[in-house]
Amino acid sequence: MTLVPIIKRDYICKLATEGKRIDGRKFDEHRKIEIETNVVNKAEGSARVKIGNTQVLVGIKMAVGEPYSDSPESGVLTTAAELIPLASPDFEAGPPRENAIELARVVDRGVRESEVVELDKLCLEPGEKVWIVFIDIHILDYDGNLFDAASLASLAALSTATVPAARFEVGEDYPLPLKDPPISCTSVKFGNFVVMDPSLDEEEIADARLTVATDKNGDIRAMQKGLNGSFTREEIQKVIKVSLDNGREIRKQLSESTGK
Amino acid sequence: MKVDIKLIDDNGKRLDGRSTEELRKIKIEAGVLHRADGSCYLEWGGNKVLVAVYGPREAIPRHTQNPLRAIVNARYNMAAFSVEDRKRPGPDRRSREISKVISEALEKIVLTEQFPRSAIDVNIEVLDAEAGTRCAGLTAAGVALADAGIPMKDIPVACAAGKIAGQVVMDLGKEEDNFGDADLPIAISPRTNEILLLQMDGHLTLEEFNRALDLAIKGCHTVSEIQKKTILDKYQSVEGVE
Amino acid sequence: MSNEERKIVLPSQVLGDTKSNRAGRGTFIEDGRIISGKLGILNANSNYINVIPLKGRYEPTVDDFVIGVVEEALSAGWLVDINAPSPAFLHVNEVPWDIEFGDTEKYLNRGDSIMAKVTQIDELKKFQITLKDRNLYKIKGGHIIEVEPSRVPRIIGKKGSMIALIKKYIRCRIFVGQNGKIWVDGDTESIERVLQTIYKIESEAITFGLTNRIEELLKKDAKDVR
Repeated sequence: MTLVPIIKRDYICKLATEGKRIDGRKFDEHRKIEIETNVVNKAEGSARVKIGNTQVLVGIKMAVGEPYSDSPESGVLTTAAELIPLASPDFEAGPPRENAIELARVVDRGVRESEVVELDKLCLEPGEKVWIVFIDIHILDYDGNLFDAASLASLAALSTATVPAARFEVGEDYPLPLKDPPISCTSVKFGNFVVMDPSLDEEEIADARLTVATDKNGDIRAMQKGLNGSFTREEIQKVIKVSLDNGREIRKQLSESTGK
Repeated sequence: MKVDIKLIDDNGKRLDGRSTEELRKIKIEAGVLHRADGSCYLEWGGNKVLVAVYGPREAIPRHTQNPLRAIVNARYNMAAFSVEDRKRPGPDRRSREISKVISEALEKIVLTEQFPRSAIDVNIEVLDAEAGTRCAGLTAAGVALADAGIPMKDIPVACAAGKIAGQVVMDLGKEEDNFGDADLPIAISPRTNEILLLQMDGHLTLEEFNRALDLAIKGCHTVSEIQKKTILDKYQSVEGVE
Repeated sequence: MSNEERKIVLPSQVLGDTKSNRAGRGTFIEDGRIISGKLGILNANSNYINVIPLKGRYEPTVDDFVIGVVEEALSAGWLVDINAPSPAFLHVNEVPWDIEFGDTEKYLNRGDSIMAKVTQIDELKKFQITLKDRNLYKIKGGHIIEVEPSRVPRIIGKKGSMIALIKKYIRCRIFVGQNGKIWVDGDTESIERVLQTIYKIESEAITFGLTNRIEELLKKDAKDVR
């Protein structure tokens, strides 16, 4: 368990009462984002995203396999995340624990429920052969807000992915068919303050966390509330509004860096 | 499966255009991560590895502590997307074995007696794999350990030699590794030429082995110069020293 | 020390021999040669060859003042993180309070920060600290930042000159632990200004004339505020 000095918590709260954050940002401001695509040759698609000092690498691999029996004409999507000890002194080696599983599932939901990957176009032989898309999330440097970094890196990696049809001898390679992506924005609450894109210092003292994925039309496509604190209804409305505003900006940056 | 592939052409050039004694292209960067105490990113041919060092810090759980010295825990891990067919995440027998031999190689070099009961964790992540990942990982670990300020007797370095098409050559590439006759990855302490890690598979005569070992040691020294220049360049710019 | 003399050395670099020099901190001897065991700056004073580390954990020395964070309250004392390779032990007899057996948690608990002094380092590098000295206590309020322990002398300045300088221009309290942890107290604006100044000192490449440059900066900021 991370050792958080009590005076750090007090100082961050004191700053907040004066409308300030420890790294000088406004409450609704996200850190600088950098997106780099095609960073891994062996992957079908890949991207490295930096949000402040947080760094996440996502690689997409594809294989031919069997569809689920309840969706015989649809490709299969699986998402996995590992909080590897490379990324933080507090991450331990071993099978994914609940934090890593929650992270993978929230990213998965943002991608799946909004149908970013057009799975119905990934069928080779109905009921027999479909494409399986693996999203593997590799955390490289943990300085807060893995949810947004992981989901943005996943979207950037997907949007540069090529279906390796030639390697599997089922035709020619083609770009992975995608629709407009929803953008995830995470806020945390400590005391009575709600801030967007928490740094590690803020995340360590947070009582509650809310992730909101919004699409191009301004609709909500996935949400996740975490930690043992609570939000008021008004706070949730505010978080959604901030997520929409920031989401628009981040969507623009994503499309510029992937050329899509 | 018998594959008819010509690993060395009539002009003595290999598939990727290298001569028999030539290394693949190597690029090293030190201090690339924010959280780690020391770190290194290294590209070696098509390999890409990232290493983070944490410590020395209290070894946990406590029963792993050595009352007289620090333990060195190297953890070699391949990202699921680093290979042609997706690898299942998590350690397998191969990665455990590599982690063990790398840990042992590094323990010889680190001045572990300065830190009783402590652990020095060396996390090696292979992001893109193309033959020779253990050499790339150990070489990057050497730079990351120095970058973390860990006291050590030398900066360890690794390189492989092998045999393809009947000839002893430096630093096997992907096809050479798949279709060659032997591979001999080693790690050394370049100041003393002590051998810290040595593995071999394939088939070599005693004479071929000696030639391959000489060649691998020669490769280690070339790579060692790149390691040292990387660290010096980084800290000379930080410190403003000529 | 002038800039030209600052030379960076790497582990394995041969720095001299034991006939003409003595092996100091950060070095080791092999076959009569003195060899660097660390990434650092070469420092040769009188007969000793030292390597001043550029990075790495804090290496405790007896009588060092440090800032620590309590990891765990035990029945006979506390385990305290002082940024060293292993936690330091603060015994119940080393605090200014009378503590009944098993009551340690009431006085100091996980997450509390303290200013302490290193009293003892045994052969197995077990560190003991005390709160029984002037100006040692549990820290309340303010903010703690971390810098590379090797940068501490530069931040303190010659005989505390740098800290005195900061205090002259900014209303604040500062305590610099030898372990690279620095406590700053004041209003949030002052704390922010002190932090900026400390980070500036830490990252500045050149030590020569640094005090003057920092003073100019502080003066300028002070004018801007008025």
